[in-house]
Amino acid sequence: MQQTVDFQNRSHNALGDPQIRKNFRSAMDGLIQKRRQAFPEREALEQLRWKGEKIKANALSKLPALLAQLEENCVKNGIQVHWAETVEEANHIVLDIMNRHDAKQLIKGKSMVSEEMDLNHFLEQHGIECLESDLGEFIIQLINEKPSHIIAPAIHMNRLQVAKLFNEKFPEIPYTDDVDTMTRNARDILRRKFYEAPVGLSGVNFAVAETGTLCLVENEGNGRMCATVPQVHIAVTGIEKVVEKLSDIPTLLRLLTRSATGQPITTYFNMINAPRQSGEKDGPKEVHLVLLDNGRSRIFQDAELISTLRCIRCGACMNNCPVYARIGGHAYGTTIPGPIGSILEPQKSGLDELGDLPTASTLCGACAEVCPVRIPIPKLLNRLRFEKNRTDETGSVKGAGSGREWKEATLWKLWQILHATPPLYRIGVKIITRLRGLMPTQLGPWTSVRKAPRIAKKSLHELAQEEGFDHE
Amino acid sequence: MINNKRVYPDKPTKVYFFGTCLVDLLYPEAGVDGMRLIAREGVKVIYPQNQTCCGQPAWNSGYREQARAVARQQMSCFPNNHPIIVPSGSCAGMMRYHYPELFKGEREETTVQAFAQRIFELTEFLVHVLKINRQDLGKPIKVALHTSCSARREMGVAEEHERLLAQLENVEIAQHMRKEECCGFGGTFAIKHPEISAAMVEEKSDALLQENPERVISGDCGCLMNITGHLKQRESRLRGQHIASFLWERTNATDS
Ligand code: SF4
Repeated sequence: MQQTVDFQNRSHNALGDPQIRKNFRSAMDGLIQKRRQAFPEREALEQLRWKGEKIKANALSKLPALLAQLEENCVKNGIQVHWAETVEEANHIVLDIMNRHDAKQLIKGKSMVSEEMDLNHFLEQHGIECLESDLGEFIIQLINEKPSHIIAPAIHMNRLQVAKLFNEKFPEIPYTDDVDTMTRNARDILRRKFYEAPVGLSGVNFAVAETGTLCLVENEGNGRMCATVPQVHIAVTGIEKVVEKLSDIPTLLRLLTRSATGQPITTYFNMINAPRQSGEKDGPKEVHLVLLDNGRSRIFQDAELISTLRCIRCGACMNNCPVYARIGGHAYGTTIPGPIGSILEPQKSGLDELGDLPTASTLCGACAEVCPVRIPIPKLLNRLRFEKNRTDETGSVKGAGSGREWKEATLWKLWQILHATPPLYRIGVKIITRLRGLMPTQLGPWTSVRKAPRIAKKSLHELAQEEGFDHE
Repeated sequence: MINNKRVYPDKPTKVYFFGTCLVDLLYPEAGVDGMRLIAREGVKVIYPQNQTCCGQPAWNSGYREQARAVARQQMSCFPNNHPIIVPSGSCAGMMRYHYPELFKGEREETTVQAFAQRIFELTEFLVHVLKINRQDLGKPIKVALHTSCSARREMGVAEEHERLLAQLENVEIAQHMRKEECCGFGGTFAIKHPEISAAMVEEKSDALLQENPERVISGDCGCLMNITGHLKQRESRLRGQHIASFLWERTNATDS
């Protein structure tokens, strides 16, 4: 599997880069701390997580109906709704809107779905310039990189690295490594673009079926600018973002901002209902909503894996993941990294392509412990490991059975025979304990950083008998 | 994942002991000490000779059929309705929470659910059922405790580990940085992703060594094998011990 090699190579490189290690470790430590402080009471947090789970699970249980209702209400409000089964379709929908307005510039707020679509790349091929207006996205766009974290896309870089980059790219601006000054400089550059760009694009955090409302959570105000300054606003999102009622939002919002950055509320929270109405002085004249499937409806069909779709993209699972904290987001090689990425992306792209990601976890459970909508990530990782190796044809997951290798399968078969046949097991253990002096001191990758374990002189089976413990 | 509050039974007259394969082969003294701790409270301990491994390695590798065959063999070892005590958070978690998943839709489904209810991790059994509280007979010592992720998050018994150590008057517990973080073992993870695993165990060991403990205590032999294997490689003098052996050593008059 090429992908396996790629993942191993990328994580090898990340592990060997002290700057990457340090940047992620300190950033994750900070985020973990902030989240903790935002939820001082354990019991209250658990209750809120239960509520969050219920809201999202409820919405998923009636997904088709809610999507229909969302469309109906959006249309009633004057929002144009587009459906895209694939990223190609979604890209073309955006391109068509751009062309219809003869627009050559698109200003973008943060949107992971647009990353999933690789929209910037696609539009650039069609002569359209895309400008990221979220500070983190703006930074990585300067060096043509992908986000390394879903809420903090440039988290792999520290302040001084960003200062150096700004100085290289904008030599006319005096050097500074003061965060506030750098932010102000970036803001000045972006402000000008906002006035020029005819179309703005953003993501959606929650789409309310009951009212046809698009909720957008952000801290920089750039999302609001994207959705209000240009004449046209396009919102792109996955079909799983729909929730039933407006009254579901406060719970989800509380969970989202606290889990993500430890904030009780973000600086901006936008609820978009309609384009500019007659008599209003500002706001876009057109609002479009693009709803992307891209494999989500396949995940929706599996009673267990469907909980993957509950995700509200807070990033807490990656912040708390000991693997992510060491290799960082780029090593995963997927749009969404970390624990949620390791269950979501292989289901979308297929286990034949990304079957290695579910193995890149110790199943320590730190992710599930913090997930605001209680996605049982380790359980789903385990399930995908099973799907990858299964031999029957009934697996509904894309690429099921693709990872089965006869050598590994034979080893497990032998393991089974040994452990399901007690007399054989006891003889085996006896032989190993008696021959422990002959045990190799090198045990493949295990002994690269460890000494081989020492086999005991006598097994517990023997000692229990010698000590006089009954066996039945 | 998170354990809901469990209602504990009264002290039984008999229990079964499931030693686990790692204890059997690498840390048998931990098994013996665990059984002694229980027997000393007047409970008869039965160690069925037909037990082998809980099946977790295959389960976590996606080989469910193989895991099921081995799990069936284990369940046949414990026919009577006694509690089953397991000196490992991860094997206890396997038998208590994952056996029911493994047998979902199989004909044994309901028996397996009942079986799972009889599983107790050793420290929770010592604290809540046997309510042990023995005098510390050892010399003053500073130890670090590494609680496995399954003990902490799946079985929810991190506090029980701490309580048992806190009972020992002369034992000082060294708190280490990021003590909730995984040591990087993860079964086949350590083989499939050795470099990530290495980075994890290195940092875990750094954090432990920084506190200068005289011993590392854990309730799980997977973590112990991982951490102490690495400490030895670094030629550190810090040694590891299973919590059952440590408790026995500290409270047993003839051993100390
Ligand atoms: S899986 Fe849970 S913790 Fe991770 S990003 Fe999604 S909602 Fe947040």
